[in-house]
Amino acid sequence: MTMKQYEIVETPIEVQKYMDYVLHPSAGAVTVFTGNVREWTHGVKTLYLSYEAYVPMAEKKMAEIGAEMEAKWPGVRVAIAHRIGELQISDIAVVIAVSSPHRKAAYEANEYAIDRIKEVVPIWKKEIWEDGEEWIGAQKKYPEKGVEQK
Amino acid sequence: MIKVNYFARLRELTGKGEETLDRDSMTVAELLNWAEKSYPGFGADNVQVAVNEEYALKEDVIQSGDVCAFIPPVSGG
Repeated sequence: MTMKQYEIVETPIEVQKYMDYVLHPSAGAVTVFTGNVREWTHGVKTLYLSYEAYVPMAEKKMAEIGAEMEAKWPGVRVAIAHRIGELQISDIAVVIAVSSPHRKAAYEANEYAIDRIKEVVPIWKKEIWEDGEEWIGAQKKYPEKGVEQK
Repeated sequence: MIKVNYFARLRELTGKGEETLDRDSMTVAELLNWAEKSYPGFGADNVQVAVNEEYALKEDVIQSGDVCAFIPPVSGG
């Protein structure tokens, strides 16, 4: 199956591909995180989401995050994909697969990856509600924790 | 010529995905000021600039041939 280690995709994410990519004989643990489209956010009902990316820079930034992970947790192997376009409730927006010889690094590195994605990867989410729509990260209609830029 | 890309809120505000500026060089701060003046509501204080797919500082100089992008606060994941 064709895939890149760090990629922006426009079709449904098949998690198994990314798990398979990171698995190897020395890996004793694989953690897989998926970020899924949530229906309710702070009491506001989402109909669907629309994601947009600056694709070449986004893939480059995801690869940089992977390199940061390999430096911080030697022995991890990483694959990350983010989907763009229109996503429905429960669709997978992002998958992060991390393998490592032991589980602790796989958990920690995986959480690091999603935190960094939310900070530096040029991807934008628009929430579409019954009575409107808004790009998230711009003017916030509901209270949200600030995103720390690196 | 400097190429600039717009995304998300800024793509909708400007009504375009990209355009070309007929300039030989300018700083990132100058580019942001230009955008703020050209497009009311741009909100340049909250926008980062990428030059050739790398985040740039306000004092960095953009040269003709560079590809820039206005990066509003990201919200992936």
